[in-house]
Amino acid sequence: MKPIFRGGLPRLSFLLLVILALGLLVSDYRGDSVRPVRSALSVLLTPIQWLVDIPTNIADDISMVLLERTVLIKDNNQLRSTSIILERKVQQMIVLRAENVRLRELLNASEKIDDKVLLTELIGVNPDPFQHQVILDKGSEDGVFVGQPVLDAGGIMGQVVEVSLYTNRTMLVTDGRHAIPVEVVRNGMRAIALGNGSHGELDVTHVPDNADIREGDVLVTSALGGRFPYGYPLAKVVYVQRDPSRKFMLVRAVPLARLNNSRYVLMVGEKPQQKNTDKASLQSPGALGEGL
Amino acid sequence: MSQHSPGGIMIVLGTFIVAFMLSQTPLPIILEWWRPEFVALFVIYWMMALPQRFGVGSAWVLGLMLDVIKGSVLGINALALTVIAFSTLLMHKKMRMYPLWQQAIVVFFLIVLNQFIFYWFQAIAGTIAGDFTFLIPAFVSALIWPWVFVVLRSIRRTFKIS
Repeated sequence: MKPIFRGGLPRLSFLLLVILALGLLVSDYRGDSVRPVRSALSVLLTPIQWLVDIPTNIADDISMVLLERTVLIKDNNQLRSTSIILERKVQQMIVLRAENVRLRELLNASEKIDDKVLLTELIGVNPDPFQHQVILDKGSEDGVFVGQPVLDAGGIMGQVVEVSLYTNRTMLVTDGRHAIPVEVVRNGMRAIALGNGSHGELDVTHVPDNADIREGDVLVTSALGGRFPYGYPLAKVVYVQRDPSRKFMLVRAVPLARLNNSRYVLMVGEKPQQKNTDKASLQSPGALGEGL
Repeated sequence: MSQHSPGGIMIVLGTFIVAFMLSQTPLPIILEWWRPEFVALFVIYWMMALPQRFGVGSAWVLGLMLDVIKGSVLGINALALTVIAFSTLLMHKKMRMYPLWQQAIVVFFLIVLNQFIFYWFQAIAGTIAGDFTFLIPAFVSALIWPWVFVVLRSIRRTFKIS
């Protein structure tokens, strides 16, 4: 913070700085050209991110220490019972998975069922109310990539939009700029769920007037965009309105993930490396057939 | 006190780190529009108190840091803080004479300017709800200004930053 400009009114430097800021703004908004600058700066500023997290951590620790014994016992019992229920499901899962793999082999489908999973902790929330973003404590060092799906125990939370060395920024599904292809579990009807910028609400758009969708339907990812894996729950339909004066139905859904209070979240999927293979397969027609 | 002590710079920088922390601490969703624009307030104070040391260039750099921390489009905070810093510089002599409540009114309009810069950009980017909630931070900032002013002034006097 040196006094760069001395004496008089720095009109010229003001003008220059405004132009510089506008230039940055436009180039960041239009394309990827300033992304390296941003990731370099964000590595430099990572300590501040950690500093910010300190008060929350201390509060967490204190409340841990002060927890009552009875509460702990109650929690413990509850966790034990859910764990038993889950274990029972897992037992079934083993058989089902084996069966599924066999069936897929019969169908010649090569889709993997198990996804690679990375457990991450949420270290910050973007305070800007215009953006629904959270900051997670895994970065490119841990193999996180832009576009990686993020989910919690309830369902899909969002996707990574920015990666620096040790942290990443994840856009939640309720952000006004987010869209995700989904299907209705009950009948497989496809749709697209858009964030509308308000918390805890998604718009399901372009649903034809005669489509079979009801309140209470669960929407899962359809993997059509090629970004989210298939079959993770996203939201539950809470409001359906058929209005004859509109072309499409008005459908609202509530995300199943606890977007506001999950502290531990999962990142799934591996970095896609299809760029080279895509080129290769395009060059040789034989490989193209296999690729399809 | 010697001309410019290097310690003073560190203290000013320290206040800004606190401002960044304040602007990043999680708030409940109901309160998310009620967060004062701390970094802008601090820029206004230091611009008013030490215009010979704290310049629009510093405001720009701080704005860029804030952009990265908040994850907003690179340059938007830099732009807003530069504009605020320059406007403060234009009237810092008058502002020093004002009583606190009158300063708070000026601060209100400066933050309104800040919020409008954001709002305009969001409108261009097409992700906006069309009401006036975005002006709430200006009110809150104006309300909290007297405290910011008193605290920062006592810091400035304690460490004799000039």
